[in-house]
Amino acid sequence: MTDQTHLFIPVEKNDKKLSRGTRRQKGLPDAVSGWLLSLPLALVLLFFLVLPIAMIVVVSFWGATEFSIYPAFLFDNYEFLLTSPVTYQVFLNTVKYALITWAITLVLGFTVAYFLAFHVRSLTWQIVLFLLCTIPFWTSNIIRMISWIPFLGRNGIANSTLISMGVIDEPLEWLLFSDFSVILAFVHLYTLFMVVPIFNTMMRIDKSLIEAAYDNGASGFQTLTNVIIPLTKPGIMIGSIFVVTLVMGDFITVRFMSGSQKANVGRLISNDIALLQYPSAAATAVILLVTVILVIAILLRFVDIRKEL
Amino acid sequence: MEKRSRAFYVLATIFALFLVFLYGPTITIAILSFQGPQGGLTFPMRGVSVHWFEDLFRQQAVGDIWGSFARSLTLGLMVMVTTVIVSVMGGLAFRKRFPGSSVIFYLIITSLVIPSILISLGVGLIFSQSGLAVHWSTLGFGAQLTWTLPFGLLIMFAVFNRFDKSYEEAARDQGASAWQTIRYVVLPIIAPMLIGVALFGFTLSYDEFARTLLTSGSYNTLPLEIYGMTTNVTTPVIFALGTLTTAFSFLIIGLFLAIVITLNRRRSKHGSDAGQGLV
Repeated sequence: MTDQTHLFIPVEKNDKKLSRGTRRQKGLPDAVSGWLLSLPLALVLLFFLVLPIAMIVVVSFWGATEFSIYPAFLFDNYEFLLTSPVTYQVFLNTVKYALITWAITLVLGFTVAYFLAFHVRSLTWQIVLFLLCTIPFWTSNIIRMISWIPFLGRNGIANSTLISMGVIDEPLEWLLFSDFSVILAFVHLYTLFMVVPIFNTMMRIDKSLIEAAYDNGASGFQTLTNVIIPLTKPGIMIGSIFVVTLVMGDFITVRFMSGSQKANVGRLISNDIALLQYPSAAATAVILLVTVILVIAILLRFVDIRKEL
Repeated sequence: MEKRSRAFYVLATIFALFLVFLYGPTITIAILSFQGPQGGLTFPMRGVSVHWFEDLFRQQAVGDIWGSFARSLTLGLMVMVTTVIVSVMGGLAFRKRFPGSSVIFYLIITSLVIPSILISLGVGLIFSQSGLAVHWSTLGFGAQLTWTLPFGLLIMFAVFNRFDKSYEEAARDQGASAWQTIRYVVLPIIAPMLIGVALFGFTLSYDEFARTLLTSGSYNTLPLEIYGMTTNVTTPVIFALGTLTTAFSFLIIGLFLAIVITLNRRRSKHGSDAGQGLV
């Protein structure tokens, strides 16, 4: 069928041991052709990933005046960061956003994927409904954030509906520009990152395992907790990595949806950038990066990504 | 077919609500962008007009919308082509065992999960310190590749994991060179998936914000322009712009899907089994 849908159709894998370049008769050796083919990729990653990170680490030790920055080897930036109560508050807030968003997207994403994988019976419908879930991913995040304004504003749809239903007398102030709207936007933008990997893993579950569970007298719920959830764990882990890192590294959603009233680490960095305090921004960036890598390292203990593709 | 259980209806309702949640806001601003000239950012509608769309075409009213659109379009196409080529090469490379492959693999994963603002900051720093000019078509381009390439490569890994090697072996047995095997056997089989990679490459670049922030130089791309508008525009003109760009995205997505469907149709009509080489 169509493009990526191939990826989500359960298939048997090739026997890798047999096919991995064991029967080459001519041409370049594997190492050389492998290097040549991955050269453009390696160059992009070197210049736009490795070098920028190295630069950030270097600059995080530099000094800054009000107008310029100068090379040095100072621990001032880190010292200032690690002794400031603001830093801890902001990191705590970032972790809070990440945890709440993760919990909601996990439950919602799992439910949606479960419905698609096990309750929609025709493959065509599965593909159509799956595409419906993924299409917003290919549109602009900023526009999708803006589109919440008419809903959540003081005179927005949510407030006027609730008032006309008699649920509340006065407009709720906490709908827009609050933690609520920030997390709502995160869930809106990132649930997809849970749905796709979980759906992908679910489609690979051998249906006879589920039949076997039923035949042995398991209820639907028991099958879910004892068969489906354990087998879906890799998908859940990959989705979690996506959601947690996207939320932790975000600065634009928090800024926009909180009307600049809430802070997370990303905003701390972008504020420093706006004030041209690059060394301080770089130090914060290094700490953020270390935190994110730690989180991923923990999550990766539960899943082998290469095996799951 | 067995009867639908109650769980089905509960789940179907949740799914439907999820779709409303996904698309509701977008549909709302599409409606609101047709506000009358006196209308505000929310309901009620004060008349129906195309006033705000006309505003978009008046250059002074909203800044350099069309210039930034042209830049985003160009950049999107550049990123798309590069993403497809580099991803295919990378995908082919990773079918072989070569020293350093796991380093590159982990760099790809890092590239995917690293906070976007770090790329922006790091690339921006290198160039501000070295005094080189920052331009969207060089730095912005490279910075966006760090976001589109991982997606392209993950798709290619998934494709090649399912690739039936006997097709290649058959070609080789009949005397095809390595290049001929790729050109006439591998590429036609994976063509529909390449359209998918192209779709990712274009749309992710077209909508990218954080990685372009410090790497685009003095000319804004469309998302940057829109972001600038959110701070100082308080009329439905921003909804009109949002509706137009979203419509454009839908058009692109539809176009790509149509290409894939046509490709598959043509193949089945000619009785070719290309595209079937995935087991």
